[in-house]
Amino acid sequence: MTSVEGLLGCEQDSQRTLSPYVTGTSVIGIKYKDGILMTADMGGSYGSTLRYKSVERMKSIGKHSLLGASGEISDFQEILRYLDELIKYDNMWDDGNSFGPKEIHNYLTRIMYNRRNKFDPLWNSLVLGGVKNGQKYLGTVSMIGVHFEDNHVATGFGNHLARPILRDEWKEDLSYEEAVKLLEKCMRVLLYRDRSAINKLQVAKITEEGVTISQPYSLKTFWGFNAFQNPSKGAEGTW
Amino acid sequence: MFRNQYDTDVTTWSPQGRLFQVEYAMEAVKQGSAAIGLRSKTYIVLASVNKANSELSSHQKKIFKVDDHIGVAIAGLTADGRVLSRYLRSECINYSFTYESPLPVGRLVVQLADKAQVCTQRSWKRPYGVGLLVAGLDESGAHLYYNCPSGNYFEYQAFAIGSRSQAAKTYLERKFESFMDSSREDLIKHALFAIKETLQGEKLTSSICTVAVVGVEEPFHILDQKTIQELIESFEIREEEVADEGAAMQEQSPEPAPMDI
Repeated sequence: MTSVEGLLGCEQDSQRTLSPYVTGTSVIGIKYKDGILMTADMGGSYGSTLRYKSVERMKSIGKHSLLGASGEISDFQEILRYLDELIKYDNMWDDGNSFGPKEIHNYLTRIMYNRRNKFDPLWNSLVLGGVKNGQKYLGTVSMIGVHFEDNHVATGFGNHLARPILRDEWKEDLSYEEAVKLLEKCMRVLLYRDRSAINKLQVAKITEEGVTISQPYSLKTFWGFNAFQNPSKGAEGTW
Repeated sequence: MFRNQYDTDVTTWSPQGRLFQVEYAMEAVKQGSAAIGLRSKTYIVLASVNKANSELSSHQKKIFKVDDHIGVAIAGLTADGRVLSRYLRSECINYSFTYESPLPVGRLVVQLADKAQVCTQRSWKRPYGVGLLVAGLDESGAHLYYNCPSGNYFEYQAFAIGSRSQAAKTYLERKFESFMDSSREDLIKHALFAIKETLQGEKLTSSICTVAVVGVEEPFHILDQKTIQELIESFEIREEEVADEGAAMQEQSPEPAPMDI
């Protein structure tokens, strides 16, 4: 304990998120023919209790970017405040220059890594997508500042359950319809296997024309699989 | 002792509405050796005259690289120029650390101008005695700015500052309309000719001038002396050819041809 206090210096009353309270689960983003598509459900879990059912976890940032977040919802809201400030000051120059997705992604990486170095991380995994000057961009940042770009990215459970599907089925020139179908396939798997996922989701699209975030909707599900009805069958020793 | 009653500190106005200390600082720019800049749609060229203080010394550096996409040429107090270049460099490097992209030139110039302005409004400060030509490339294209000790800044197609810069300005004013579509080589040629104008008959050699270029796909860099010497020689040869033709023309027509260039 003393060693931790030593690291924190004189900030003895420092407040930090020791563990997340209200959290959102996976976000998935993919590139498609005209831009980027992103999807996330609208659940907000209070610990393991599904406490909130209409949390918007994807927001547009400026003209060219779209941000999705999983993890601590209040920390996401704080990040949105930082970005609103950033975009406002960028616009106030009024000089024709504006931040693209690459700039926002790097800025977020700086924020996340800086906060983890203060031992006060923002408890999120972020997905940042965008299109600027015909250039598609998709990247992710973790709560400790790990960042990378890829053709498809996912956070949390999505990394384990959605990305294998995307690795098999994603291709460069997916049409909008194909891309939505692929995302829904991933979200359905997550809905079945991730206990925090709920059946109310949004799909957000960003292209050269701008951002559109869909109204919430549900997926068709089928719970009649044998494995669902008798989950312990074939697993000797479990209850 | 004093030139007048109102020039003892920067912040005191004269009844005519002037700030003499600021004007003296602008005078310092005119006394430094000349620096010029000009641009096309995709390239900016900076050039300066290097004057050694004595036969025994080397000259001071007057063109500085700020970042891959920005460079400056200075006239006036070189020491102040170096301080400001260091400031510009650190602003650029901080921006690219945060956003992983180059700082827009116009924004850098505003920050620089604001810094200079503060010095004109604080009794315990003095204005910078240096003028900067800031050349840079960004999303919105090629830019050339002039930053003045007064905190004013202006964007130009082509400009010259420093001693005898009026001669270079006259040259540039006569030629600037063709600059927008000029090639990189033509810009360098015009830069050298403009520099030559400020030398008032003194021979133009690579040892008394520095030339730097920044452009699309070409990071800011100062041309080496050998390259400049070769360019000067090739241009001089062509100039002589033109002069010979002119002489030949003169023999034919009794009218005295006006000598441009």
